[in-house]
Amino acid sequence: MRAEDEALILACIPSLRRYARGLTGDPHRADDLVQDTLERAWSRYSRWQRRGELRAWMFGIMHNHFIDGVRSANRRADQTAAGELPDVPVRATQADHLEVRDLDRCLQALPAEQREVLLLVCVEDLSYQETAQILDVPMGTVMSRLSRAREKLGALMQGRDAGNRLHRVK
Amino acid sequence: MNDIRLHPAPATGTPITEADLHGYADGQLPPARHAEVEAFLASHPHDQTRVDAWKEQRRALHALLDPVLDEPLPLRLPLAPPARRWPWRALAAGVAVAAASASLAWTVRGAMDARHLQAVLATAAPDRAAGGYAQRAAIAHAVYAPDMGRPVEVGVDNEKGLVTWLTKRMGAPVRAPSLSQAGYELMGGRLLPGGAGPVALFMYGAADGQRLTLYVTREAAGEQTAFQFTQEGPVRVFYWVEGTFGYALSGAVSREELQRVSQEVYRQLQG
Repeated sequence: MRAEDEALILACIPSLRRYARGLTGDPHRADDLVQDTLERAWSRYSRWQRRGELRAWMFGIMHNHFIDGVRSANRRADQTAAGELPDVPVRATQADHLEVRDLDRCLQALPAEQREVLLLVCVEDLSYQETAQILDVPMGTVMSRLSRAREKLGALMQGRDAGNRLHRVK
Repeated sequence: MNDIRLHPAPATGTPITEADLHGYADGQLPPARHAEVEAFLASHPHDQTRVDAWKEQRRALHALLDPVLDEPLPLRLPLAPPARRWPWRALAAGVAVAAASASLAWTVRGAMDARHLQAVLATAAPDRAAGGYAQRAAIAHAVYAPDMGRPVEVGVDNEKGLVTWLTKRMGAPVRAPSLSQAGYELMGGRLLPGGAGPVALFMYGAADGQRLTLYVTREAAGEQTAFQFTQEGPVRVFYWVEGTFGYALSGAVSREELQRVSQEVYRQLQG
């Protein structure tokens, strides 16, 4: 492997870590994901062959690892219908409003597939087209997930505000 | 997903869609469309409020996550290719030497402990997806093609026995394509350890001494890929998956030559 190619991979690491942190909401789990992604990237590097943007290729690897992890967590928990990504339950009670009161908690309360799209588009600044390639879904799916993620995040954040207000009134 | 309002990138002059509003908030519209959406929002305060809220989400997410960019990288992250790549590099260098002096080939191969070699062949590129075997195929070529003494385990004089034996060990009918028309004669074959189960390796030789190897594995079964090309050192590889088998044709020949022969192999094995 050429030195400049190694440098390209290394240059992706900070944004991979940022994306992983947003996906998992947990620094340790995030770096597990980054570690898996890098190991795979090094071992598969010869297959990248410059067939596209390196950063998008590496996000695609991370997506596969992330979804594998989500699915096996699903199987272990056995609480979500087959084929569905887990959704942290958010009940409309005052206590839960308080629990999800910061952005990180609201973000983690989104379904994983919506969280991925929201982060790739809003934080990693990837185009809708690149996002569709990374997630291996049609562009229309990216758009509808993005729309739902924004709507839901907005509702969750408003719930937080309501919770804060209630809290203050008490 | 089939909501037509969510279809992106409509042409200039067409009605503003929900996708346009997202594209506007994300800065993904062409300038002309961006201006149209801006004008639209000026007269649609409800939509303006939504778009503002989305932009605020973007800002808040950056504020939450951007600090990660400035953190020092944890020690456990692998910041260089794994060390296990070195046996392959040594082999590739060996092939270059062997091409210059065939007698050295024995030395190169002899330098490797046989059990070590088996481990390399079985563990290189451990991912199981289609094409994961291409690197193993290149290694196998690098090891066996320069071998003047005993390049194959079973020679072509017993072709029928060879095919029967490999078919039995592989658990599915294996065929050795005839490449005489393409200028390469079957020399024989051998069985190798692969990433998952045995691998059949056929060797072909041209009149000028050039050798090609066809690596046949079942580990990529069910996946479908187009022709893919990779190169490791002096060895070029075309690989593809067809039905229950993954194939890789390797040789230290030009890409055009390898592609020509690969297409012949593909044509014969397809039916």
